[in-house]
Amino acid sequence: MTLPMPPAVLEVVNADVRFGEVHALDGVSLSIHPGECIGLVGHNGAGKSTIVSVINGGLSPQQGEVFSDGMRLAPYGIGVARSRGVRCVFQELSLCPNLSIIENTRIMHRNLGGFGWRKRAAAIIVASLDAIFPDHCIDVGGPVGTLSIAQRQMVEIAMAFSDAGQPPRLVILDEPTSSLDSGLAAQLLAHVRRFVAGGGAVILISHMLNEILETASRIVVMKDGKIVAERGAGGFDHAGLVEAMGSAATHHTAARRSSVASQPTLELTLPKGQPFRAFQGEVVGLAGLGGYGQTRLLLALFDRHSPQWWPLRNPAVTFVAGDRRENGIFDLWSILKNMTAASVGDLSRRGFVQDNAEIARGDEWKARIEIRTPDMNNPILSLSGGNQQKVLFARALSTRAPVVLMDDPMRGVDVGTKHEVYGMIRAEAEAGRTFVWYSTEMEEMQLCDRVYVFREGAIVAELTGDANSEHNILRASFEGEAA
Amino acid sequence: MKISTDTLRLAVPVASLLLLLAGVFYLQPRAMSYNGLNLLFNLAVPIALATIAQMLIMAVNDLDLSMGTFVSFVACVAATYLHDSPLLGTLILLGAIATYAALGVIIYLRNLPSIVVTLGMSFVWAGLAVLILPVPGGTAPEWARAVMISKPPLVPMAIIASAMIAVFAHLLIMRSSLGVLIRGVGGNQRSVQRAGWSIIAARASAYALAASFAVAAGICLVGLTTSADANIALRYTLLSIAGVILGGGEFTGGRISPIGAVIGALTLTLAGSFLSFLRISPDWQIGAQGAILIIVLALRLLLNRLESKGGKP
Amino acid sequence: MKTLLAKPWIWSFIAALSVWLATIAFTGGASTVGLSQAALTFAAFSVLVGIGQMFVITLGPGNIDLSVPATMTLAGTVSLKYMDGQSGLILHGLAIAVGVGVCVGMLNYALIKALRIPPIIATLSMSFIVQSAAIWTNRGLRIKPPQTLADFTTQTSFGIPNIALLALLISAAAWVLLHRTPYGRWIAAIGQSLPAARMAGIAVDGNRFVTYLLCAILAAVCGFLLACFSGGAALNMGSEYLLMSIAVVVIGGTAVAGGNSNVPGIWGASLFMFLVVSMLNTYGLGAGVRLIMTGVIIITVILLAGGRTASIR
Repeated sequence: MTLPMPPAVLEVVNADVRFGEVHALDGVSLSIHPGECIGLVGHNGAGKSTIVSVINGGLSPQQGEVFSDGMRLAPYGIGVARSRGVRCVFQELSLCPNLSIIENTRIMHRNLGGFGWRKRAAAIIVASLDAIFPDHCIDVGGPVGTLSIAQRQMVEIAMAFSDAGQPPRLVILDEPTSSLDSGLAAQLLAHVRRFVAGGGAVILISHMLNEILETASRIVVMKDGKIVAERGAGGFDHAGLVEAMGSAATHHTAARRSSVASQPTLELTLPKGQPFRAFQGEVVGLAGLGGYGQTRLLLALFDRHSPQWWPLRNPAVTFVAGDRRENGIFDLWSILKNMTAASVGDLSRRGFVQDNAEIARGDEWKARIEIRTPDMNNPILSLSGGNQQKVLFARALSTRAPVVLMDDPMRGVDVGTKHEVYGMIRAEAEAGRTFVWYSTEMEEMQLCDRVYVFREGAIVAELTGDANSEHNILRASFEGEAA
Repeated sequence: MKISTDTLRLAVPVASLLLLLAGVFYLQPRAMSYNGLNLLFNLAVPIALATIAQMLIMAVNDLDLSMGTFVSFVACVAATYLHDSPLLGTLILLGAIATYAALGVIIYLRNLPSIVVTLGMSFVWAGLAVLILPVPGGTAPEWARAVMISKPPLVPMAIIASAMIAVFAHLLIMRSSLGVLIRGVGGNQRSVQRAGWSIIAARASAYALAASFAVAAGICLVGLTTSADANIALRYTLLSIAGVILGGGEFTGGRISPIGAVIGALTLTLAGSFLSFLRISPDWQIGAQGAILIIVLALRLLLNRLESKGGKP
Repeated sequence: MKTLLAKPWIWSFIAALSVWLATIAFTGGASTVGLSQAALTFAAFSVLVGIGQMFVITLGPGNIDLSVPATMTLAGTVSLKYMDGQSGLILHGLAIAVGVGVCVGMLNYALIKALRIPPIIATLSMSFIVQSAAIWTNRGLRIKPPQTLADFTTQTSFGIPNIALLALLISAAAWVLLHRTPYGRWIAAIGQSLPAARMAGIAVDGNRFVTYLLCAILAAVCGFLLACFSGGAALNMGSEYLLMSIAVVVIGGTAVAGGNSNVPGIWGASLFMFLVVSMLNTYGLGAGVRLIMTGVIIITVILLAGGRTASIR
């Protein structure tokens, strides 16, 4: 006779999240019960980070509700989540590097105060570290800034599991083993199993599929903002997971060229893995899970060929940023000025910027790339995200640089714009321009002549012609190929 | 025994202080006496207090360009109101501390650059000081005077006071929860906020504490000089910044050291005497302070490079 | 009319006009010409250093040049000493002043780039060293400027002081540089977002270097002219101009966070600041009130303008 399941530690019902054009979560419902370890898998843009943000209270969905222990929680936020015992280990550093581990523990646990708190904080964090990573040699009195990346990760994990009077009930681990060696990773996963066996709940996100298969009690596969498969751990194997993450075969019949040139236009040897090469007129794709070396390669290529001290008469490379706010738009300027930012030298004669030439250039590209605005002198922020991205494209394409580096530029752009730009890229490539295209979208990789797949900072596969398929990219992106 | 990096960072200021001290004694053996030491380090006490104040502002990633004028203002208040009508004087100084706290909050809420705001405030404090004491004058409160000219047995007042300041500041800023919070805001504000702390309260506390130390600096200064004028402490702005840096503190990231800051203040005070004992024309004394700052920062860069090379795998 | 009111610099002119009218009203129109000429003259000096500071501030948050007064002093001292009152050496003197500016500018950027010292501290340290150099060069003797230059700087043409005409000329050149050349675009881009500017292929280091050079050169030229105007180079001639150079930029409507600067506002702000001082003097209010007003004005302006929204990081 089966006992009724205890109420969910946390349950999200019908969460719907949109970021502008992007439908990040499309009616997702997920419930986590005590004693469960949920393995969450999916490729870029599947919605994993978004659903996790909803669960830990960092993001409020436009629609959807959060329940805990059978009670509806409204409003829900980070503080409420913490009080329900939800803890999260992010990929980015959330410790204060100038403080010691003990002091960071104090920051994390607000009610540790009072005389002698250092001893208590030390005891708490040491207990947690010892429980998860026996034989760690971390000195909890030292500043976090002097720890190695692996040690910082260990400390962050230990903090999430630490018990300062209010034990954690649900711990979310987002790629927790990315900086740990195999021994430490094994220790962590063993602890996860113990924690779950003792009644805790864990959500584990990892691209190491064998970790998921070994540790999770239930596996949830996401794609395009939806849950596409959900089974107990025994119901999946490695191949099955890869299969589930992919979509039905939709072959894009984009014309693919094989390179005719013998000498590469661009070349870079990475510390690990295969070297990178790009030939003239090619569209080279950089695939693989986001954040594992693609942007770093683009930046390395860019820095190598870009001026620091003296403006180049003939620029060799140009860049289309994907993170508009961070390294793309100049938010105080007009659309026109943003567009011509990289070609001001070209538009000048005898040291002065020629207004007429600039306006003409703006009109030309407004028509070519269809920037939807009544006036190019309007502020850039008056444009929609997709149109802002078009401006960034125009900025790059309107230079005379023969190589265009693109850093996931279609993020958050509407479908219509995307297809317009795809056509443009193909046309420019036929005319001899070289494109190096990092994208987190599978279908965009299908438009490339050649694709390099990244895993853990190195190029692990080079796919050309028919080998350039979604299935192959997925297989190469995720580790744990059956031996 | 493992030496922590913080202790290592203290090595530079301690070494420079001892070196300078050795140099001074070599040039002027008579300085190696009770009175000699007192004279050498007398003026370091208010400077040390102002340096701690600046350090607290730098702990939250800001910079206070009004330190000099504020301490001058406090000195003027101390020599007039605090002496004549202590209640009013105390109220004025408490109001000044509250103003500082408000500034800390406003800078955060409106996302203003602390340089320009404190620059503007430096005009205000300067103007208030001129209004209180248009010409040099006033009298130091008796109790302030008594403390500053006291002659404790064995160790001169200046040394005892500096040590006490260093210890107190260390306990407050490096050992207490409030200190951890303030430094955390400087290190990773977002994380601290996510953990549920109020950034406004943290910054207000940092600024209020800084102002309190600066008030102490002004009162001590007047205790030493017995009278005040509106320009008495203008050089404290640059001295306090230099002292924090010399002591191992950094402009951003919340990495500071109270003990280092006090040692830095002592070193800078000593450097002035050292240069005059060396018969270096007073023309170059200011320049030497600038050079010291640059050399220390260059050394710091070198140390950081070595640290990161030998650090994480 | 609407476009005129929308310009960021219009308010500084409106403010200047209001104060001018208030002062004229008090004296019943007796001092109009004298006041206006004095205003134009003294504003001209503020404008010269203000333009240099404006270019540096355009580069983005944290960029500021605190070595301006020291550069002024050194340039004025050295060039006057070289010219030694001889009219034939005027061009040489000017060249030497510019040379001083070039050296200081280069050293400033060397500290910022090579030693990775924040601009505030780099320029602050340089100012110490440069000030010492000025003190050492001066040696107490007050050398008079060549008579031709002294006459030129103190006289008027068509009723407008020559200094103001010169400053207007330089302002026009600065305006062209800022708004009509690639350089102006590039520094505005760097000020709005350094990473975006780099990714747009802009030579960030080169542009920053040239800007710090420009600021130092303008400060040097201003020092040269001021020394001739005042009949000799005094060692404290630059002290007022540090805060003034920053204040006129801020009050003139330039964004403190960088990326959005204007030249006319500097004129409006300079005139305004001088007229406020003379108005306060006319109404019999002393130095203290003047200082407080200056500070309150700066803080109010920047409070109203606010900083860049924190989301853009």
